[in-house]
Amino acid sequence: MISGFFIFNQKGEVLISRLYRTDLKRSIADVFRIQVVSNSDVRSPIVTLGSTSFFHVRVNNVYVLAVTKCNANAALVFEFCYRFIGIAKSYFGKLDEESVKNNFVLIYELIDEILDFGFPQNSEIDTLKMYITTEGVKSEMAVREESSKITLQATGNVSWRRSDVKYRKNEAFVDVVELVNLMMSSNGAVLRADVDGHIQMRAYLSGEPECKFGLNDKIMLEKSERGAGDSAVELDDCQFHQCVRLNKFDSERAISFIPPDGEFELMRYRSTSNVNLPLRVHPIVTEHGRSRVEYTIAVKANFDPKLAATDVVLRIPTPLNTTKVDVKVSHGKGKYVPGENHLTWKVPRLQGGSEMSLTAMAELTPTTNRQAWARPPIEVDFQVLMFTASGLLVRFLKVFEKSNYHSVKWVRYLTKAEGGTYQIRF
Amino acid sequence: MSGWAGRAPPKKGENYELRADLNSEYRDKRKDAIKRVIANMTVGKDVSGLFPDVLKNMQTEDLEQKKLVYLYLMNYAKTQPELVILAVNTFVKDTADSNPLVRALAIRTMGCLRAEKIINYLCDPLQQCLRDDNPYVRKTAALCVAKLYDLKPELAIDNGFIEQLQDLVSDSNPMVVANAVVALTDIHQTALAAAESENPPDPRATFTLDSHILNKLLIALNECSEWGRVAILSSLARYRAVDEKESEHICERVVPQFQHVNGSVVLSAIKVVMIHMRGVGREDLVKQLVRKMAPPLVTLVSSEPEVQWVALRNINLLLQKRSDILQNEMRVFFCKYNDPPYVKVEKLDIMVRLAQEKNVDTLLSELKEYASEVDVDFVRKSIKAIGQCAIKIDSSAERCVNVLLELISTRVSYVVQEAVVVIKDIFRKYPDRYEGVIPTLCANLEELDEPEAKASLIWIIGEYADKIENADELLAIFVETFTEEAYQVQLQTLTAVVKLFLKKPDSAQGVVQRVLETATKDCDSPDVRDRAYIYWRLLSTDPGAAKAVVLAVRPPISLPRTTVSPAVLEELLGEISSLASVYHKPADTFIGRGRVGADALQKRIHDLEDDVSREKALKTVVAGQKSENLLDFDDAPAEGAGGLGVTTNSLAATTLTTGASAITTSNPLDDLVELFGSSGMGAPAAAPSFAQPAAFGSAFSAPPALASTPSPAPIPSASSAQQPQDDLLGLF
Repeated sequence: MISGFFIFNQKGEVLISRLYRTDLKRSIADVFRIQVVSNSDVRSPIVTLGSTSFFHVRVNNVYVLAVTKCNANAALVFEFCYRFIGIAKSYFGKLDEESVKNNFVLIYELIDEILDFGFPQNSEIDTLKMYITTEGVKSEMAVREESSKITLQATGNVSWRRSDVKYRKNEAFVDVVELVNLMMSSNGAVLRADVDGHIQMRAYLSGEPECKFGLNDKIMLEKSERGAGDSAVELDDCQFHQCVRLNKFDSERAISFIPPDGEFELMRYRSTSNVNLPLRVHPIVTEHGRSRVEYTIAVKANFDPKLAATDVVLRIPTPLNTTKVDVKVSHGKGKYVPGENHLTWKVPRLQGGSEMSLTAMAELTPTTNRQAWARPPIEVDFQVLMFTASGLLVRFLKVFEKSNYHSVKWVRYLTKAEGGTYQIRF
Repeated sequence: MSGWAGRAPPKKGENYELRADLNSEYRDKRKDAIKRVIANMTVGKDVSGLFPDVLKNMQTEDLEQKKLVYLYLMNYAKTQPELVILAVNTFVKDTADSNPLVRALAIRTMGCLRAEKIINYLCDPLQQCLRDDNPYVRKTAALCVAKLYDLKPELAIDNGFIEQLQDLVSDSNPMVVANAVVALTDIHQTALAAAESENPPDPRATFTLDSHILNKLLIALNECSEWGRVAILSSLARYRAVDEKESEHICERVVPQFQHVNGSVVLSAIKVVMIHMRGVGREDLVKQLVRKMAPPLVTLVSSEPEVQWVALRNINLLLQKRSDILQNEMRVFFCKYNDPPYVKVEKLDIMVRLAQEKNVDTLLSELKEYASEVDVDFVRKSIKAIGQCAIKIDSSAERCVNVLLELISTRVSYVVQEAVVVIKDIFRKYPDRYEGVIPTLCANLEELDEPEAKASLIWIIGEYADKIENADELLAIFVETFTEEAYQVQLQTLTAVVKLFLKKPDSAQGVVQRVLETATKDCDSPDVRDRAYIYWRLLSTDPGAAKAVVLAVRPPISLPRTTVSPAVLEELLGEISSLASVYHKPADTFIGRGRVGADALQKRIHDLEDDVSREKALKTVVAGQKSENLLDFDDAPAEGAGGLGVTTNSLAATTLTTGASAITTSNPLDDLVELFGSSGMGAPAAAPSFAQPAAFGSAFSAPPALASTPSPAPIPSASSAQQPQDDLLGLF
């Protein structure tokens, strides 16, 4: 499968190189540098030269590259690359040139463990952290005793959980986090609005707890034949952590599992119907001839007055030939960022039901460029705690364990938009 | 310490210092030195001279240090086989260590050493590890068998390792099952590949799937890790179901995997279901399966851009087979402003596939939006997509034309040019319906500087010469600059002027005379000259025949439903999520095993003579092979090519670009354009109305356009171009 795994810096210098199969030579790194790193025309994440395929992912200032010589499973290779990036982040915070250089021994150890003969092996972060550690040597005896346990976990039926977990206080935290995707056209019509949700769980439960989890979603409610009413939420699709018994979900619509110890992502879901948009943005942007652009932007917080949106940031694009911008805002701070060609409007807190506005005038220099301004969309980032855009609620989380202990459960909801998921055209 | 293999150690320099540190009495210093050695190795410095010194540090209680030494050994074992022997003892000892992690590490590393000499020492420990009571060691040993087979097949077979692997498929631990399946599949493929060159594959090395193994796999599928699931699903894809019931059973057991969080598991599951669905007869079950496929596919579209792209390419394939899968999901494919370009282009293509009467309005306003973006390539593709909508959905044509006119009014050069090309296509599909737009087009005459746009407009003028009052003046402009124009513009001008003459003989006498003279005397393209001679002769001997040839009724154009031939499509659907499915090309076209692979392919092409795409595939392989040989340029000095490095770059670069263009030509619009350029003439509007002369041109000469291989799709178009040709033959 994967014949070689590499990490390059921006200049195309090799930081990590590991060959898994004999069909490659180390010099393949030069080919990648010449063909991809220093070639600005590359528009595809896979480049095939002869029978050698280069799968690359760019993160921060490094390239993560997997090389194959066969008709490889492309989705698997990329999933693996991203898994590696995830593991690296979890081990040393951020994957960039500096951290790779500082941790190269650890990285070699990791990629030796998670990829054998080019086939991905167990890559559960929690399990890996048990025997690939950053703090170096442990006392030899302890290692020996523990390693048989580790190997059992790394391959066991419940490969994600140790068997001897013990807590004095049994707690489980459930975070429902929803990322809202919005695309609104210039005349205010919603082109696309959907929610990518994930349910993050932190389980501090002793023994082998058997958990059952229930939501107010339609498919599940139909099965239990409770009065669904109008509170039911329609989920288009959901995916589960490998601990969830998929066949049971398929047949009974029940989410049952033995959770890993600590933090993990229990479930991801997608919902497209009846999405409550927390922020309504009304932009009016008028171009006065070729010298000025006038902005009037109103934002309304469309949710319960008891709640508040925090860290609201609007990025409002300006034409490339803008010289200066006068900004007036009712809340927060508005600033023109010439390097990024936009205005940023930061509001630390916006109470539900309230409104805020911005007026600005951008002055332009004359230009010979005949093409009209492309008007990229306004992007909004925000967070609303204890609110779900899809309306999803956790109905129950039951924990069954042999010793029948009492457990405490906490649920938190968060709806957010970040990195350009919330776009409004004007 | 000095003089291993008769080499005198250098007295200074980094390696000297490292050597000193490697032999230090302090443990920390030694370990640090090993780390520095590995760092040097990574950046490509030669540290093989330190082999004996590093080797001394192998026997240690420190697992991390051991791993580092192993890493070094793996790297240099091949070049220093005689020294590796020294390490064998430690390895063999480690495979019997009480710590399972050490046992696994030792057996994993021994398999990677790839030195002939050490292989013989591998068999006994491997035998043990395959029977180890720790599953972690067993799963590692399973893969080691594949490594051994890769190096010395007969050793793996003779020692019965492969039988043992087959037993491991029934192991109680799902992870071991998964790795056994992985190893068996890998061996199976290696055996098949080796067999292509010589005799049939060794039956002992092949991995035959029967219903007994099937059950084992289906059970392990629900329990093993995500990567193991992909491996098992790939094996299930190879399994041939004995009857319909079994097919149904497999589908039902695999469907729950659609809910997995890992995109490659989802795509592999879809592959298995697509394959085994062929054996399912019950309509309702098929419907149900297809319905269940849609939500996970849509979810994949919101994953990381690269995974998303792989998913989009596969969705594109799936839609060619089952256009009903994502009927109501077009909005999901709307391009975000910050999507990477490769994702945007793919989304465009899928949106056009999903376009229907009921959603075409939303799509058009979306496409119009895209046409104002900054990325020129994407803007052009968006405009093309508008044309594709018009051709696909009759009732939307008028709205499409209006959108195009709006775009032309922006007067942005590349937008106008692309719009002109697209409108020409719409004229082909709906002749005589939108003549009203012609004045607007002609008003933009001076804006056009690209050959394709010019040629398109000239074709339109020629086609409607009788309705455009000043057609002769407009064409005269081009005749004026005839010799400076690109060939395709020359060809179009020539044809358009002849059309004009046939429609308005009185006013065009002079201009036709002039153009024929210039084309036959001053033009250096044999193609243009030939066509001019043929017209000249036709006009002078039999104007009636000229009319029949030049003004013949053209076959209607349509949007091809598939970008590949049906047989190839079936093959690709069985390969979902693989590279082949991403490229929309059979695997053989880019995975040639050197000369041997191409020969094998040639043989297969012989069997499938009529399959045009195969033909093309061969060309790609041959082209690929050139760069293939060049990729290994560190072997080259033996052939005495000093400056090879430089040539490699440029040559390999060409392969890269052809690869890229091969991908883009699978775009239906390109096919459409090709359709105009009857039988690969390259002139987009050289419509089959003069297919006869065109055929002459390409038969006698090799214009540059002919060298660009046509994409496999226009097979139907080529045959439709054939028809008027046949009719015309009768005239002569």
